[in-house]
Amino acid sequence: MLDAIEAILGVPAPLLFGQLLLGLINGAFYAMLSLGLAVIFGLLNIINFTHGAQFMMGAFAAWMLLAWAGLGYWWALLLSPLIVGFSGIILEKLFISRLYKLDHLYGLLLTLGLGLIIEGVFRNEFGSSGLPYRIPAELSGAWDLGFMFMPIYRGWVVVAALFFCIATWLIIEKTRLGAYLRAATERAELVQAFGINVPRMITLTYGAGVALAAVAGVLAAPIYSVNPQMGSNLIIVVFAVVVIGGMGSILGSIITGFGLGIVEGLTKVYYPEASATVIFVIMAIVLLARPAGLFGRA
Amino acid sequence: MALDRRSLLGAAAILPALGGLPFRSARAQAANTIKIGVLNDGSGMYRDIAGETAAVCARQAVADFGNQGFNVEVLHADHQNKPDVGSNIARQWIDQSGVDVLLDVTTSSVALAVNDICREKNKVHINSGAATSDLTGAKCSPNTVHWTYDTWMLAHSTGAAMVKAGGDSWYFITADYAFGHALERDTGNFVKEAGGRVLGAVRSPFPGTTDFSSFLVQAQASRAKVIGFANAGTDTINCIKQAAEFGITRRGTKLAALLMFLTDVHSLGLATANGLVCTETFYWDMNEATRRFTAKVRPNMGAIYPTMTQAGCYAGTLHYLKAVKAMGVAAAKASGVEAVNRMKALPTSDDCFGQGSIRADGRKIHPAYLFEVKKPEESKHAWDYYKLLGTTPTNEAFRPLAAGGCSLIPA
Repeated sequence: MLDAIEAILGVPAPLLFGQLLLGLINGAFYAMLSLGLAVIFGLLNIINFTHGAQFMMGAFAAWMLLAWAGLGYWWALLLSPLIVGFSGIILEKLFISRLYKLDHLYGLLLTLGLGLIIEGVFRNEFGSSGLPYRIPAELSGAWDLGFMFMPIYRGWVVVAALFFCIATWLIIEKTRLGAYLRAATERAELVQAFGINVPRMITLTYGAGVALAAVAGVLAAPIYSVNPQMGSNLIIVVFAVVVIGGMGSILGSIITGFGLGIVEGLTKVYYPEASATVIFVIMAIVLLARPAGLFGRA
Repeated sequence: MALDRRSLLGAAAILPALGGLPFRSARAQAANTIKIGVLNDGSGMYRDIAGETAAVCARQAVADFGNQGFNVEVLHADHQNKPDVGSNIARQWIDQSGVDVLLDVTTSSVALAVNDICREKNKVHINSGAATSDLTGAKCSPNTVHWTYDTWMLAHSTGAAMVKAGGDSWYFITADYAFGHALERDTGNFVKEAGGRVLGAVRSPFPGTTDFSSFLVQAQASRAKVIGFANAGTDTINCIKQAAEFGITRRGTKLAALLMFLTDVHSLGLATANGLVCTETFYWDMNEATRRFTAKVRPNMGAIYPTMTQAGCYAGTLHYLKAVKAMGVAAAKASGVEAVNRMKALPTSDDCFGQGSIRADGRKIHPAYLFEVKKPEESKHAWDYYKLLGTTPTNEAFRPLAAGGCSLIPA
């Protein structure tokens, strides 16, 4: 059976299963980051280019909590999104809130600039080669799946990412709070007339989107090098994911995130040199065929 | 500098009275000034290996050289690891700013581009940070000195040591550009020469790869005894970190970090990095002279300790300035080839690399040190990371002159 699969696919089946699984894990990061972007874009109409820097801040906050306060991974998973989310709220209050009435381009330029500044400050402070962060003892070790050696931590990343993605989707689609948020996107003044504080709701939404990026940062800290450029490497890919999924589509960004992770994983087996490009090729095709994205409404 | 109209008019009024003196003296000043442009990665994955600190080290060399009757100015720019950006800065520096020396030039793809420009414009290219051995081989130039290390030396030292220790089958994870290809090629040659086999290689996109697990699993599936990382900087860090996570070393596979710098070890932490072997030509804690050098530059370089690349910028600058003094500023500025020839004629001597020389193909030669990363409990003080496993003597450390295929060497 396995031999037959190998004959068809051209690579040993165990290797292929392993790659699909690894792709899924990377997809978990894409999904979490694009989800935050989609939430922010959907509700604030801001293309948040600071997202990569906020992902990086999440990872650095985890490192700082450990190095300076002696608080380990689980505390970081709780506190780091709160800290980074709060910093997002300050950014929104000070800068971003002034741009809602202007063209998207202004928001994009502002957040891109803010992202570069944040990255630069961290680079000045901590250098570029990064800081060590260990996998928590409870999650270290690995399972032998037969076809590959699967670190427990990576399994945890997928579970955690799925949890956060589904929770976010449920909050926005199935709760009263989510209904307010969706209503405010459509007709803010009408929702305000019902006595709901829309500006505050928008501020908190931005904070929550940023906190999602920080959670992804904490999840990434033990497996990727914690360095100031870690976000900018990912963010461009994540934007492609959002565009493919459909700007602002919550479910679209989750499904596309995981899906593209798998596509990228397969590319790494068949044509590794193209693995950094394949997502952009798909983006171009999707933009030609369905300009609103796979899950977006035109 | 902001000039308002009034001061401009004022200056114009005074000028005739001085008979244009400021202009003439400015020109005289420029003719008596050597300009060194440090061009490297100032913000990306190789920043800590080179970066602004390389310029700090070059300035230290200028200070140590002292005032010998001419001025030296050190500039620094970030090429962002892009050959097109690097080429533009190099041309602008040479054509408009009057830069005489391009120094450091990390990232092999950028270094090869700058190599051509310096040759075309007859300027000096002292390379410390780039690894490709082609700089003194197929792409050698009479304008270039390759100071610190190269892929042949790394392959010879680390690669041969791994094969000798029983690692006779290899699989490479290679950064997909000039440097990775050169390092994979040179190491592969040594493995085959020593009777080993290369089972395969996977090319990872550069820059932009963060997750190497997929490549690591492919490498493991090949059942090679050694996985060779033909990459550098955060690529290597991510590879080692993720290899530990996937338990690759626990199953007996050996990792060969073919190019690893002190700052990479610092970033990984000794708990992850201990036991890895790597090759460097400079280590800050090697001897009295290297510690003296480190003590001088440390106050100006932030949280890190100097790498061999940065030390190479110091030593290269110092030696170049000695050549300028010997031949005169005017002659040195007039011809990059002549300046490099003078550098080749003089023996080198500095705190970082000791005594050495520069060969006809532009290769600076000195010993290469094979280090093992210490265990956390063996590290006694800050940045105490390496123990010396072996030394390759100067005359064996680098590719033999005749074997490089450099056109400057008569066959």
